[in-house]
Amino acid sequence: MSEMNVSDEAIIRIRNMQKWYGQFHVLRDINLEVFKGERIVVCGPSGSGKSTMIRCINRLEEHQQGMIEVDGIELTDDLKNIDTIRREIGMVFQHFNLFPHLTVLENCTLAPIWVRKMAKKDAEEIAMNYLSRVKIPNQAGKYPGQLSGGQQQRVAIARALCMSPKVMLFDEPTSALDPEMIKEVLDVMIELAQEGMTMICVTHEMGFAREVANRVIFMDAGQIIEENDPESFFNNPQSERTQLFLSQILGH
Amino acid sequence: MANVSYLRTEDAPILPPPVSDTGISGWLRRHVLSTMNDFSSLGAGTRSVLMAVLTLLLLYYGLSALWGIIDFAFVKAVWSDPEGLKRGVCTTTAQGGVATGEVGACWPYVEAKLKLFIYGRYPESELWRPNLVFALLAAGLGWIIVDKAPARRFMGLVMLSVFPLVALILLTGAHVDLSRTGMIAMAVTGVVLMLAGHLGLRGGLGEILLAFGGGVRLIGALFLIIAIVMFVMSLDYGLEKVPTDFWGGLLVTLVVALTGIVASLPLGIVLALGRRSSLPLFRILSITFIEFWRGVPLISVLFMSSVMLPLFLPEGTDFDKLLRALIGVALFSSAYMAENIRGGLQAIPSGQYEGAAALGLSYNQSMRMIILPQALKIVIPGIVNTFISLFKDTTLVLIIGLFDLLGMVQSTFTDPSWATPVTSATGYLVCAVTFWVFCFSMSRYSVHLERKLHTGHQR
Repeated sequence: MSEMNVSDEAIIRIRNMQKWYGQFHVLRDINLEVFKGERIVVCGPSGSGKSTMIRCINRLEEHQQGMIEVDGIELTDDLKNIDTIRREIGMVFQHFNLFPHLTVLENCTLAPIWVRKMAKKDAEEIAMNYLSRVKIPNQAGKYPGQLSGGQQQRVAIARALCMSPKVMLFDEPTSALDPEMIKEVLDVMIELAQEGMTMICVTHEMGFAREVANRVIFMDAGQIIEENDPESFFNNPQSERTQLFLSQILGH
Repeated sequence: MANVSYLRTEDAPILPPPVSDTGISGWLRRHVLSTMNDFSSLGAGTRSVLMAVLTLLLLYYGLSALWGIIDFAFVKAVWSDPEGLKRGVCTTTAQGGVATGEVGACWPYVEAKLKLFIYGRYPESELWRPNLVFALLAAGLGWIIVDKAPARRFMGLVMLSVFPLVALILLTGAHVDLSRTGMIAMAVTGVVLMLAGHLGLRGGLGEILLAFGGGVRLIGALFLIIAIVMFVMSLDYGLEKVPTDFWGGLLVTLVVALTGIVASLPLGIVLALGRRSSLPLFRILSITFIEFWRGVPLISVLFMSSVMLPLFLPEGTDFDKLLRALIGVALFSSAYMAENIRGGLQAIPSGQYEGAAALGLSYNQSMRMIILPQALKIVIPGIVNTFISLFKDTTLVLIIGLFDLLGMVQSTFTDPSWATPVTSATGYLVCAVTFWVFCFSMSRYSVHLERKLHTGHQR
């Protein structure tokens, strides 16, 4: 699948990005270009900075040095730019972060109505459309607390898609799920990838990476250690750290 | 090795719970008898006997206290005074009255003083005005409280905007002599600030206003509201003016409590958000405000408002005593409210903020639609707690010469024509029951609200 149409037009550019938490240097000299239509999987041991890196892309975390550019707009302190960029980037979190006091449908229509200024009827139509695509249109009137983890995560994906984002960020979307629910979420993500969505996924699902990704990035200690197409990455890892990591997670 | 293989061929039947666990007998067995039916050893037997004795003793004391109240309020009570004997009807022959036995509550006294208890010295001919306010209040609150009533949101807005103005006009009679220029200046300032804030939020007026736009707009709105209130109050509606010195009783209690309740919630929200703001100016102002008001007892706030404030104001400024108390109470309770709400804000996981931000919602939007609805729901018990204590604290206005329900009741004790041994007990009983009814209703409504807003979730 890695042959799928990747354009040579970069939608995200990260150059020499540095970030510190207090004294601790969490992200060290990150350089990354993401092209339209790319499906990138970011992996690495816990604490390696992979979540922090993708959270910098929509400014949930602030970087201190270097440059991040999304769709031609540079991320600075300018609140307007941040809002514009966030509108174009969808994000799915490990713990879903659905709004528990709103129904599934309201979760999906909130941002289109208030941020995109869409008419309520149109927003609901679009939301139902996406809820059908993640295969839970019949749960639209329920509250998130009444759904299973897998269903909640699919709602979260639909919610992000309702904003018609140009890029989707996935921050360990299956890590909080019971094993029997992982597949239903991955299936939705695979479908999304097949439709040509630009995706950056932080995940430990190596099967997913093999099937969907056109590039796998390995991070350790706040740096990008190695990146390659999945074939070469899994079969012929270059760095010792990558080899160690792969042997640990593919051990049994 | 043991055989580990097992295969279920038939589902185990689904059964109802054992009878001993259900119904009244089940409840009694589990919660009462289970502590006193174990005689298997000497220790257990002793404990069972002890528990039984304690249970009976508590039952006895509880019931006799309850009986005491019923006996006083109903059985031995004097219900009517057909001959107009006043104190005579509630005193025994030995005390100079006509009652033959022991006397309980003296209800004729309450009947005679009921107007004082409810309205204070509000002029007899104008009593329709507070009555109308009470009726409007009851109707409006009733409308909002009933879950299925239509246009509840709209009624809520009316109760928060139009009703206070109408009540103010009706109760005071309006026609206050206020300077027109001051009013216009206030209104213009308000409109200008609101416009500036609005444009600022859209990014038209640079970085600083982009950050502070919301606050500027809020202050502008406040100015405009004050101007509108001043304007409305300056008009002549043909009502006789009733100075607040004549107000009293339940009327004052409700005015002080409701003003405090209605003002403290929005003020508390602003202060709580301010205290968590990343902008140092807002944070420091909020912390200073909260810590000042929380650190001062309400009594000294009231004293300050009535004794010290006039010293600071320019000479000749006449600032209504009740109004001063109202402002004091509102600011005081808003500090407590702010800390309540801050507790709720802290309970919201950061994922909710991130989820809202990742969707592109602005700070104001995410607060209004995501964070505050959840935070306020969590702290409903705390909010209602503050409301209830505020309601009861209104009795403190007595010390600055305002006569609320309790003050009014106490003031009637000095009336020699009703001086009997049971007068004060009767008065205090009326007072206690009235307060209890109001506070308990608030408490029940809060429980109902919590249940209604529960959407069965973990995050």
